[in-house]
Amino acid sequence: MTATIDSEPRASVNLAVLKRAGMVGVLVAAAVVFALLKSGSGIVVWQSVVTGLLTGGLYGLIAMGLTLIFGVLDIVNFAHGAMLAVAMFISFGVVQATGLHPYLTMLVTVPALFLVGAAVHRGLLSGSGGATLENQLLITLGLSLLLENGLLMFFGAEPKNVTLPGETQFGVFGAVVSGSRLYAFLGAIALGLLLYWMLQHTRLGTAVRAVASNGPGAELVGINVRRIHTLTFAIGAACAGAAAALAVPLLSVTPTLGEQFNITAFVVVVLGGMGNVVGALVGGLLIGLVEQLTTIYLDGQSSLLGVFVVFVLVLFLRPQGLFGRRT
Amino acid sequence: MSLLELAGVGKQFRGLRALSDVDMSVSEGEIVGVIGPNGAGKTTLFNVICGALKPDSGRVRFAGDDVTGRRPEVLARAGMVRTFQLMRPFASMSVAENVSLAAQHHTRGAARLRGHAMDVVDRVGLAEWAHRPATELPTAGLKRLELARALAAGPRVLLLDEVLAGLLPAEREPVLDLLAELRERDGTTLVFIEHIMAAVMRLSDRVVVLDQGAVLATGTPDEVTADPRVIDAYLGEEPTTHADA
Amino acid sequence: MTDTATTGAAGATRATAAQAGTAPPLRPQNRQLLILAVLVLLAIPLPLILPPAQGAVAVRILIFLIMAVGWNIMSGFGGLFSFGHAAYFGLGAYTSAYLLVEHGVSPWVGMAAGMAVAAAVAMVIGYFSFRYNLKGAYFALATFAFAEMLRLVTTSTDAVNGAVGYQVPLIQGSSVWQLQFPAGSPAYFWIALVLAGLAVAVSILFRHSHAGRYVVAIRDDELAAASVGAPVMRHKLLTVALSAAITAIAGAFYTQYYLFIDPQLAFGSSVSIEAIVTAVIGGIGTIWGPVVGAVIVGSLSDVTATLLATPPEFLGFLQGRSGLDVILYAVMLILIVRLMPKGIFGTLAGKISERRRR
Repeated sequence: MTATIDSEPRASVNLAVLKRAGMVGVLVAAAVVFALLKSGSGIVVWQSVVTGLLTGGLYGLIAMGLTLIFGVLDIVNFAHGAMLAVAMFISFGVVQATGLHPYLTMLVTVPALFLVGAAVHRGLLSGSGGATLENQLLITLGLSLLLENGLLMFFGAEPKNVTLPGETQFGVFGAVVSGSRLYAFLGAIALGLLLYWMLQHTRLGTAVRAVASNGPGAELVGINVRRIHTLTFAIGAACAGAAAALAVPLLSVTPTLGEQFNITAFVVVVLGGMGNVVGALVGGLLIGLVEQLTTIYLDGQSSLLGVFVVFVLVLFLRPQGLFGRRT
Repeated sequence: MSLLELAGVGKQFRGLRALSDVDMSVSEGEIVGVIGPNGAGKTTLFNVICGALKPDSGRVRFAGDDVTGRRPEVLARAGMVRTFQLMRPFASMSVAENVSLAAQHHTRGAARLRGHAMDVVDRVGLAEWAHRPATELPTAGLKRLELARALAAGPRVLLLDEVLAGLLPAEREPVLDLLAELRERDGTTLVFIEHIMAAVMRLSDRVVVLDQGAVLATGTPDEVTADPRVIDAYLGEEPTTHADA
Repeated sequence: MTDTATTGAAGATRATAAQAGTAPPLRPQNRQLLILAVLVLLAIPLPLILPPAQGAVAVRILIFLIMAVGWNIMSGFGGLFSFGHAAYFGLGAYTSAYLLVEHGVSPWVGMAAGMAVAAAVAMVIGYFSFRYNLKGAYFALATFAFAEMLRLVTTSTDAVNGAVGYQVPLIQGSSVWQLQFPAGSPAYFWIALVLAGLAVAVSILFRHSHAGRYVVAIRDDELAAASVGAPVMRHKLLTVALSAAITAIAGAFYTQYYLFIDPQLAFGSSVSIEAIVTAVIGGIGTIWGPVVGAVIVGSLSDVTATLLATPPEFLGFLQGRSGLDVILYAVMLILIVRLMPKGIFGTLAGKISERRRR
């Protein structure tokens, strides 16, 4: 979390952030130039940039939930992607059963995932069994396998599709963007900003940030840390629920979708800095970009490869990510 | 002959100057006590000497070689061994296994290793606990285990970080006797951080006083305890303030 | 494991009254090797007794066993949690498949080459990870990333047949040198048994060697270990290299047994997960944990497959579905980690040695 218990004066922190932002900006610009040279076509690169940034918004929302869980509970939630997949299936199911507008299924997926998150935390992760890092990794790994294969067993592997009513195409200075992608982006940014606002300006948010920054200290001032932990995990899961409703018209829904988003979410979280919510949003945009530009740089290689290269570079060169602090 | 030498050692953590320009010299066979208020940098000093931390400035010399910033295992194998203030047993092993691990780098052969380990375990008085898991030891036992492990590693210089802390007065005597014996019988050089002044007075040939990362005074125990700066910074009016038995 | 034996003259004088006069018990290492020998001998007649379908399950169990033993060396003994062990399995599989198909090299040589490649890659990844102080979740994620990268690169590299993978060319009859026999031949089981037995033997010898003890001490407390002379980097690299080499054996054998390998089968995350689940359910950090785990997990897919093919009345909706075996071992994983974190074997062994001490 953007901790404020720090002796560094505000000015120098802001300067450091600006410097980093500048560096990232330069890298992005260089990447775009490189892509232009490689492909020789401005419009192709522009299309990639637009698609990448828009998709990245969604990644950011998913990652925000994950990073929140890590920042507050110190738990690496390997089951995040699987929970997203569950939410997508819920969304699909609701649309199938009631013909509700896909985005409105958020009214179902968000509370549902909130409850699932709370149950998972209380049932599996709090208390002694879930204490060590290895145990958390294993438990959330087990959970992700359980959820994913449960979906597989009950729904089968064929992709399910939901079309957005009134799907259109937009032109953005020559790039073509589907309505569902644009709305997903806007929705994700809006929800992300909402989450950020909640963390900064509500009592609950302050309590959450307090627990993230200093658990024992928060307890001493009367905060019910265990309840905050459960709430945070639930909110993190709810982020995935919201993202699911936004993403469902964009993709074919399969049980293994969770895995793919899981990987991306982790890369985004590490890139942005574990525990940093703004970092997750920015990281999401960057990873969306990387994903699209990779297909230009490396013909025939999966876009995921570029994401992993970035991942490994960040892990080794700056494991605290863009906004994290070196431990 | 100066076995351990520090020249101008400095260490800075973000915003905190932990050590500044520390000079220190320990001769072979000497017993040197290191005292000072909490936060003076004593443990940081040990960390720098033993390779757990790299200093920002200055040199550490051991037996004539410059060992500044070398990794802890290199120094341990060369004969510079330390104990930790917070006990760090190998939780998955028994007491004897903990000790014999420390002897592995200089002893080959399972039987000899076991024999050597049991000798050390006997010497520190843990014979009854030898085959019990190290985690079953009470605090006093864990302290002895730290000591046993350090001894088993075959030290030329033994750096002890508050080896008496947490021990009842009755438990301290045997440890102090053992330390004295180490110097008399084995010729081991000792550098020890301690708050219990009676122990410092009894054991040390010389005392180094650290305050806020710098050496405040060095000299014989009597010289140092009479030094007004030391009394001011650490000891208080009565030199026997920290002594219990 | 706590060493309960004291030998030699010095030990005799310290022996308790109960022990004086009785022969010293076998050192743990020798006891374990003896048990291993007995298990291997008992297993030899299995392919002759079991029906063919179960014979295949038995081979599968042995493959899981080798993978789990490999994983356990690094993640159990060494405490270096790997989430990407498929990397080494796949390198073993692909190296031997490539050498066989493209250059006609014997799968045994291919296996050795695969072991070398896997060990080298493990040391490189390990070196950079340890130097840059990657720990815990970060390290696990890094290992996962490397496995995935290998999968992606292999899929799109034509030089190794891309997504198509390699088919092992069929030969007539049997050949030990070519590691190929008629389908369902007991020779596959016996060879796998030898390989698995060797893997467990290596893990036993390693665990009780000086190096193995250093590795465990480093896992328990790295700084304390270094402070008594344990060479940290060297032993961590040794651990990952050994772990990778053993896992590569499983990969190479897998290719020869199933006569086919592709990037998903070689480097897919299910391989990594199977290694983890097998060792954890059985008992992470123990010698026999991977063995117990392999028997359980290895038989699970067979059991669930029969169940799904012909389910009882009330489970009729399960007909023809897939994924039940994974669900079962995922549930087991969660239950074990929460309730019996030492795993099935680890918990039993703990209870027995506790009772013995009373």
